[in-house]
Amino acid sequence: MWSLGPIAFGAPWLLLGLIALPILWLLLRAVPPAPLRRRFPGVALLLGLADDESQTDRTPWWLLLLRMLAVAAVITGFAGPVLNPQDDQPGSGPLLVLVDGTWADARDWPRRLDRIEAALDNAASDGRPAALVQLTDLPAEGPVFQDAQAVAQGVAGLVPRPHDPDPAAIAAWAATLSGDFDTFWLSDGVSRDSRAVLLEALENRGSVRIFESPRPIFALKPPRYEDGAISIEALRGQTGPDTEIRVDAIGLDPAGVERRLASEGVTFEPDAKAATLDLSLPPELRNRITRFEVQGLSSAGAVALTDDALKRREVALLSGGNDREGLELLDPLHYLRQALTPSADLVDGTLSDVLLANPDVIILADVATLSELESQDLQDWVEAGGLLVRFAGPRLAASDVSRDAEDPLMPVRLRVGGRSIGGAMSWGEPKALAPFDTDSPFFGLAIPDDVTVNAQVIAQPDPTLADRVIAGLADGTPLVTRKGTGQGRIVLFHVTANAEWSTLPLSGLFVQMLERLAVSTRPAMPDMEAMEGTSWMPEDVLDAFGVLQDAGALPGVDGARLAQMTPAADMPPGLYAGEDRRIAVNVLNADSTLSATAWPARIPVEGLDVVRETPLKGWLLGAALVLLMLDILAALALSGRLRGPRAGVTAAIVVLAMAGLPTPPQAQEAESPAPVPEEFAVAATSNVVLAYVQTGNPRVDEMSEAGLYGLSNILFQRTSIEPAMPMGIDPETDELAFFPFLYWPVTADQDLPSREAYAKLNRYLRSGGMILFDTRDADLARFGSSSPEGQRLQAIARGLDIPPLEPIPQDHVLTRTFYLLQDFPGRHASRDVWVEAAPADAQAAEGMPFRDLNDGVTPVVIGGNDWAAAWATDETGNPLVPIGRGMAGERQREIAMRFGVNLIMHVLTGNYKSDQVHVPALLDRLGQ
Amino acid sequence: MTERPLTLRSGAEALAAPLPPLLAEAEHLATTVIVGDHGRRRAGLGDTFWQYRPAQYHDERRHIDWRRSAKSDNQFVQDKEWQIAQSVQVWVDQSASMAYASRDDLPSKADRARVLALASAILLLRGGERVGLTGGLLPPKRGEAQAAQMAALLSEDHPDDFGAPVADGMLHHSRAVFVSDFLGDINAVERALSEAADRDIRGALVQVLDPAEEAFPFDGRTIFESMTGAMRHETLKAADLRDRYLDRLARRKDRLAELARLSGWQFHTHHTGDSASAALLWLYSALERRS
Repeated sequence: MWSLGPIAFGAPWLLLGLIALPILWLLLRAVPPAPLRRRFPGVALLLGLADDESQTDRTPWWLLLLRMLAVAAVITGFAGPVLNPQDDQPGSGPLLVLVDGTWADARDWPRRLDRIEAALDNAASDGRPAALVQLTDLPAEGPVFQDAQAVAQGVAGLVPRPHDPDPAAIAAWAATLSGDFDTFWLSDGVSRDSRAVLLEALENRGSVRIFESPRPIFALKPPRYEDGAISIEALRGQTGPDTEIRVDAIGLDPAGVERRLASEGVTFEPDAKAATLDLSLPPELRNRITRFEVQGLSSAGAVALTDDALKRREVALLSGGNDREGLELLDPLHYLRQALTPSADLVDGTLSDVLLANPDVIILADVATLSELESQDLQDWVEAGGLLVRFAGPRLAASDVSRDAEDPLMPVRLRVGGRSIGGAMSWGEPKALAPFDTDSPFFGLAIPDDVTVNAQVIAQPDPTLADRVIAGLADGTPLVTRKGTGQGRIVLFHVTANAEWSTLPLSGLFVQMLERLAVSTRPAMPDMEAMEGTSWMPEDVLDAFGVLQDAGALPGVDGARLAQMTPAADMPPGLYAGEDRRIAVNVLNADSTLSATAWPARIPVEGLDVVRETPLKGWLLGAALVLLMLDILAALALSGRLRGPRAGVTAAIVVLAMAGLPTPPQAQEAESPAPVPEEFAVAATSNVVLAYVQTGNPRVDEMSEAGLYGLSNILFQRTSIEPAMPMGIDPETDELAFFPFLYWPVTADQDLPSREAYAKLNRYLRSGGMILFDTRDADLARFGSSSPEGQRLQAIARGLDIPPLEPIPQDHVLTRTFYLLQDFPGRHASRDVWVEAAPADAQAAEGMPFRDLNDGVTPVVIGGNDWAAAWATDETGNPLVPIGRGMAGERQREIAMRFGVNLIMHVLTGNYKSDQVHVPALLDRLGQ
Repeated sequence: MTERPLTLRSGAEALAAPLPPLLAEAEHLATTVIVGDHGRRRAGLGDTFWQYRPAQYHDERRHIDWRRSAKSDNQFVQDKEWQIAQSVQVWVDQSASMAYASRDDLPSKADRARVLALASAILLLRGGERVGLTGGLLPPKRGEAQAAQMAALLSEDHPDDFGAPVADGMLHHSRAVFVSDFLGDINAVERALSEAADRDIRGALVQVLDPAEEAFPFDGRTIFESMTGAMRHETLKAADLRDRYLDRLARRKDRLAELARLSGWQFHTHHTGDSASAALLWLYSALERRS
């Protein structure tokens, strides 16, 4: 290539064509543009007019210049100019290309590969044999020098390793070097002791050139958990001015998708090589973190994996029934909270919410029955490795869970009733605990004297019972039983979690037992003796680019080797799983330091930046094209074609020809998501709104809407409730919490709600909503499965958390919330209306005409009287459906309206009318 | 005369085929101008009131307007306006130079001239005047049929480059209209006007020009030719000629205006790019102007 300053020409002889340009000038100058012929009647007036100027038959100079420039650009373009040509490297003899290939290289790996290729190309063009060696992947024998082109084929296959090179291997390899060669070493910039040895060996063979990237190297040390915050130390290779890097905490979100959970900036002080970041995160997030990364660096050293050391156990506490405020010491969860708060993270909530949080332990205190879906979800969770701890209590004793057949969520079968020891009416005294067996997890715990049990549930004697008992009373009765299910375990304490049935929760033994059961957090790292002899399998390994990959079939690692925490080829950094825990091996361990290399002054060190050579041919030819287009425009202008009568056509053609550039493709604007139905929420909550569940049958839905409309009108007229227009909702998609009352007409072909809809409905029922199920077939069938609608209702209700039901008793609060009623007719007049069952021991207090049946609002009312038809009116207030016959029918409609008013009043005021203050008025009305 | 009636009819219809568009267009243009009654603006025989004048001894008593007379002491007689049918003779330049149109969306000068002439003829015919063509081709007559005949005669094209007004065969004391571009020989125009003035004929000169002829938007090396190709002028830089051409055009218009003034005629320049109704209105009012 012949070069002229910064530009080199590939075909310089073409430039001789530039000599011809002046000749072109002379030629073009003499040729005038072609004339235009026009028909013009005014030529009569033109006759005799002579042209003024005499030089206009030549091409104007600027047009000539334009044409000359265009031609010159074409000639120069074809001569192949290149900007910033690369100069070749001096030297002869074999060339050894040495690559460090560690995690610090991974950041610029493509550029390093380019540089190696460029060096090998130069070697090939100079005819030097070459060899390529990676220090982290040393071959057994010394370097084999081959044709540089053949070696260049293997460059693409070079992959960096996530660990440092082994000093012993480097020393051994340096000893095998022979012959003279020049070395071209691409170093990663991290100083190691092995470099000096190797450098000496290489310098004995020939000249050494070092290539290093001047970019700073950052690395993270393993994170530690201290005092509620995670502290991570970041190191950098070179000291310098203050820089800031961002560290991301990455983990799985509840859906299992990997996300960046937190991101913080770390600032290095000027001339500081380390900086510490303290992250305080909520425990939920902290337990989800899988690794920390420096943002923007794709290198294994910038990734710090986390293992179980950061995790505290997450314990969910659930108790059956409503908690009664003020009775804290009777609350079954109180003692559990006291025991667990210091050492574990507690989660409260409903079972479905808690399962979403995926805790390690779920404790159910006196929970007897769960709905089918909930128990299925719980079983899935236990089988996936969760620990379920159950405590007994009055509800469990009163229910029939696990009586005939072993419930999948109970470790044993239970006898009916339980037993009471040491109470007022029983034989004997409260029993004490027996010492723990050797195979029990509680083995070794000291039993205090004051732990006694005075009531418990009893397990049925089963063949499997003996294996499942892990703690027992002095008379051999099991106290704590456990069974394994899948990967998880279920533990049952046969006493309550509060002090009602035993004094166990009051003692320190309780806390220790919970700890032994692995309910609380384990210590961070097992000690060396525990590690010896154990074998750890790699689950995920880091590659040099910082990407976590599945380990596949990599061999296991001995515990002693793991405890050294120095990754190498046999132990790549990653997560290693042992028996019951996982340990993370990171590129840097807690004692590592990072410093930049310091080469002796005699060695030339060059940066990785290679000035790219830019070919100018394309630019010049493009410029020539533009100039020629301008020339066309100018020629047209000169010959008058752009201004005459046909100018429009010419201009259009020219514009079309020149503007043939394609418009940049426009991506379709992303559809903005549909707006959140805030109007729905506002409409539903700004007033009381009665809602009905849409069944999909338009006639039924219309009737429901008309029925609720009529009921709303009656409420508006007669009471202080002023509802707005009724709304139809779909439990799948709409939010139920806005509505105090749901009217659910059951049709035989209704769809069953989905799992999410069931979860919503259960939450709705538990938080105080009421659903009125109306099978509308009371003229044909009674409550039960005798009609298609009844069967459908049973199918729907199977997934709902409905309490035990009974027919409305005579003194239920619904009979007196607004009107005094004993009948609840709709279109049909059946007495078959079911509400939540009263507790069996409800008694009428002295002087009260009614029993105090329920504390709250019955969550469901089930009947078949087709109330919507009785309430239905059109906009003017005319009833839509004939009820009964004649005046009796109208009376029935009136009673149905009154029932509706009573129902809504009950929903909105609860058991207000059960208060004593109403009794005198009530007695007065009842005529006593 | 030995032709069968059918072939005569079809031949006549074939002959009449080009006429309806011109006639229809002219009638359409004529409807855009709402004409009032045109009087002669002098007292004479007519219908409409002209003026009150004091009664003379030779006026009959029954002619006295008693209402006006009651307002004063004298007696007054109503004069009526002189309404008389007049003759109008039209000449349209049908030479080749009139066939020029600079753009496709403009009508040629000949089309515009014919339409103008025919529309004004229709208006005049409706007003009761007598309209005809000069040169003895079509003596002035009343009636709508005259318009069709005029249309037939005006549709012909003449092969020469520039036309000269034909002033023979015109009735004395009548009106005349010459429609042309007047780019040809100006002396012929002068001769025609002087002959018309000898016969006491007043009228209007309408010069129809194309907007390109008015503006001369040409540039570059051009060879200008007349419509038949008989005349040509070559120039290397047309833009330079513009000023001088426009100068000559202005002088031609001045000469035409002077000739018209001297002979008592009206002169108006119309461009084919402008609306024809404006020109028609001018023409009509020019013909009614009191001499």
